[in-house]
Amino acid sequence: MNREKERKRMKLKQLEGLLGDLDQFSDPKVELEQYPTGPHITSRMLYTAENSFGDVSDRVVVDLGCGCGTLGLAAALLGADIVIGIDVDTDSLLTASTNAEELEVEIELVQCDVKHLDLRGQVVDTVIMNPPFGTRKKGADMDFLRAALKVASRAVYSLHKTSTREHIKRTALRDFNAKSAEVLCELRYDLPQLYKFHRKKEVDIAVDLWRFVPGTA
Amino acid sequence: MRLLTHNMLSSNIKGVANGFPLRIVAEKVIEKPVEMNHDFLKNMFAKLDWKAFVDASRSLGYVELPDEADASMLESSEFLNKFHHALLELHLEEGALVCPETGRKFPVNKGIPNMLLHEDEV
Ligand SMILES: C[S@@+](CC[C@H](N)C(=O)[O-])C[C@H]1O[C@@H](n2cnc3c(N)ncnc32)[C@H](O)[C@@H]1O
Repeated sequence: MNREKERKRMKLKQLEGLLGDLDQFSDPKVELEQYPTGPHITSRMLYTAENSFGDVSDRVVVDLGCGCGTLGLAAALLGADIVIGIDVDTDSLLTASTNAEELEVEIELVQCDVKHLDLRGQVVDTVIMNPPFGTRKKGADMDFLRAALKVASRAVYSLHKTSTREHIKRTALRDFNAKSAEVLCELRYDLPQLYKFHRKKEVDIAVDLWRFVPGTA
Repeated sequence: MRLLTHNMLSSNIKGVANGFPLRIVAEKVIEKPVEMNHDFLKNMFAKLDWKAFVDASRSLGYVELPDEADASMLESSEFLNKFHHALLELHLEEGALVCPETGRKFPVNKGIPNMLLHEDEV
């Protein structure tokens, strides 16, 4: 069995373990909502995308707002043909690059603001992302969703606060031309407290894992 | 940055009508071998802008690709090897991507193109 095939067979626990060793934001920028997508959520998100929908292996995958690269690297480990990580922030992209080297996988990295993102040629199949929840900059989550549905030709996987469910659905279908918008499951997300005035170190919030199918352009 | 990515990027500066393809200024190019995948190459061949791809490969110093290509050439393993090499094994590590209309340079450092726009460009 060749190396690619081995990767595709990687077990959930094994994937989670590898992701747990990755470097994360060393000096998170609060205004960009920089906190890592944990190995637990990431491995389940990618497993669902792969096993239930065939959206990862042998696909071209974009990780939008890739940060230190956890989602995109998981896609690469599950046998994506090409992974492109996109983020606005230099420091995170450099960490993502080091993480890729550590795991011995190739990923492409591009520094770009999602608001100005355009990828020509319908090459991208799947977008996976953990966008800012829009708690620091109102509408940041929607900028990501708009860009993702423009870039993907097959599917978009994303995490959004459960409290915004109706709004997300309406906007995706009505304004961003999505063919379908489906909540696959509800998850607990440990949001590190980035605000100094908060006493607790982390808060646990309810988050939806979505799958969107983009409309044809 | 590999040439598949280059083929997808364009200059999105406000007022630019056709920001594709970006011209490449190469300062450092590296090669990393990867396994060949025929199905992937065939799939990508249909989606690539061939002219932009060939010009890009030449600016990285690789001159083996023909000016024009059609799908029948995918039957030739010699062609596939070259196509694979240019598309997936060449990396622009240091250099710049240049907007074809304005000449604005987007720097590439450590293999990462910086496509961020300045305030007066959006
Ligand atoms: C919640 S974090 C995602 C973390 C990532 N999945 C990881 O595990 O490292 C959101 C990311 O979006 C990036 N970001 C925020 N605003 C952005 C924008 N306008 N364009 C591109 N990236 C942006 C941040 O730099 C950050 O890395």
